[in-house]
Amino acid sequence: MPGAEIPVSEEPADPSAAVARTPGREGVMRFGRVQPREKALHHPNHMKGETMATSEVVLDVDGLRMRYGTTDVLREVNFRAHHGEVLCLLGPNGAGKTTSIEIMEGFRLRSAGRVEVLGTDPAHADEHWRARVGIVLQSWRDHGKWRVRELLEHLGLYYTAYSTQSIKRPWNADQLVAAVGLTEQADKKVRMLSGGQRRRLDVAIGLVGRPELVFLDEPTAGLDPVARRGFHELVEGLAAAGETTILLTTHDLNEAEKLADRILVLDGGQIIADGTAAELARQIAGQDEVRWTRDGQSFRQSTTESTRLAFDLFKQYGEEIENLEVTRASLEDTYLSLVHQAESR
Amino acid sequence: MNPTTVAWRAGWSRGLIELRQSLTNAGDLVNHFFWPSLMLITTFFLRDVSFGQSGFSLGTLVMPSILGMNAAMSMMTMSQQLTADREDGTLLRAKATPNGMVGYLLGKIVSVSGGLLVHLAIFLIPGMFLVSGLAIGDPGSWLTLSWVLALGLVATLPIGAVLGSAFVSARSQGLLTLPILGMIAISGIFYPLTVLPEWVQWIAQAFPIYWLGLGMRSALLPDSAVTVEIGESWRHLETIGVLGAWAVLGLLLAPIVLRRMARRESGSSVAERREKALQRIG
Repeated sequence: MPGAEIPVSEEPADPSAAVARTPGREGVMRFGRVQPREKALHHPNHMKGETMATSEVVLDVDGLRMRYGTTDVLREVNFRAHHGEVLCLLGPNGAGKTTSIEIMEGFRLRSAGRVEVLGTDPAHADEHWRARVGIVLQSWRDHGKWRVRELLEHLGLYYTAYSTQSIKRPWNADQLVAAVGLTEQADKKVRMLSGGQRRRLDVAIGLVGRPELVFLDEPTAGLDPVARRGFHELVEGLAAAGETTILLTTHDLNEAEKLADRILVLDGGQIIADGTAAELARQIAGQDEVRWTRDGQSFRQSTTESTRLAFDLFKQYGEEIENLEVTRASLEDTYLSLVHQAESR
Repeated sequence: MNPTTVAWRAGWSRGLIELRQSLTNAGDLVNHFFWPSLMLITTFFLRDVSFGQSGFSLGTLVMPSILGMNAAMSMMTMSQQLTADREDGTLLRAKATPNGMVGYLLGKIVSVSGGLLVHLAIFLIPGMFLVSGLAIGDPGSWLTLSWVLALGLVATLPIGAVLGSAFVSARSQGLLTLPILGMIAISGIFYPLTVLPEWVQWIAQAFPIYWLGLGMRSALLPDSAVTVEIGESWRHLETIGVLGAWAVLGLLLAPIVLRRMARRESGSSVAERREKALQRIG
């Protein structure tokens, strides 16, 4: 198709937008954002998810309802999680995230619906089931006089009876302390730990029984950026091992995008979206924005096929294409429009 | 190994760890020594005050009574620790651990009882040198002391756990202090019960403090001291009856109340209490 700038119908960009743009810096930043997703595609979990279509369902929630008095906190919650998946539950305050997670933990009785966690209804689960589930609680001042290693060793004792051939329980306290980066604090009293260190200990306690499924309710709330990064690495490491299914709730969209294989958005007592960050973005906001310059002129185009567009551009114009920049619809845009849609319904 | 056996072992070691922590920690040590020392001072001043025509000094009579009172007070310790542990999430951790509640409770019983033994020793050992006329040379005394103490703990610890489950915060526990002090005042600890009006005597005899005091006196005082008591008898059968009744009541109620309390624990309930506590401080 000589001369025509098709298959992509492109329009000259708004000149003011072209002036305001600082392609170099913004470009780097944007692609920086894409990187974790690229990495996620080579994630062992994903590979497993793709090759094993019928991997074990670890969490199965169907028609879950929770009613307090006359208020429905959860109206109709449906979702599943497969072995080794990292699931992130997002939603505004009061959406029912904590209620949902507490029902799955067996700490709260639901009003209606079916919930199966590791094949068992948590409302009637026994201590053997309890041994297979890890719960990361937000500590406050409990066990302040205990020393880090001492506490982990003690809590580990309870799991020795549930050790199996494939899963050796509990996790060795020294190894666990090292895994969460608390080796230097191993002999410190819990109350002497910093906020970030305490949260690492919370995670370690949740993991001490080598759980097959871990629940984390807003694990990074109140953490400083360094502690938050440390925590992310911890979860990523755990996910990479592929043995543990993880369900976490958060308000932090970047965190969700970084850690989760799949994101669930809970609002108004229902799951209003379920998919990877990229899928959600495509589903809702729909289109990525592609910008480039050619012959000193700026162009901009919205498309669902940004990779295809870039390929076609290079094929057609080769080196004439400069300053190519692909902006994915951000998870924040997606999230806000999702919640907005749900609430104006 | 059987999971329950594992939990019992874990609970036992939990109790010992907590006991060790409280004995190697400056704040707790001050607590351990404060009351026994105060009681020793009281005993010291009463050692030469004679009681009526009994031929015994008030110090000698008070000494075993205080031991009994301290034993009864382990009920309060149990109650306070349970409330505090619920407030700060210790109990929720136990709930999130397989058989963790069994371990937690056993640990509490071990650490509270162990703490009590330490208290008694801190008071009794120097006390034996302070007052004269105690029947401490007789092995029978120590045997009586042991069974009274053991029965007293079975009578008071479960009730303490029930009380601990009833209070929402460590602060509201303070409400208990006043009635308990009143109970001590009428229980014949610091002055023999026989000098009080009869209706007060009846109230006192409904509660474990009096009977623990009586039991301890029966163990450590010579037989001639029995003239000071109601009916001029050590009333061992009645002691077993009343303390036994409290034990049965506690052991029946505690599992129900504890289970109910544990069922309501979750991350959000602990978070709620934390919010409240922080508001009070801030």
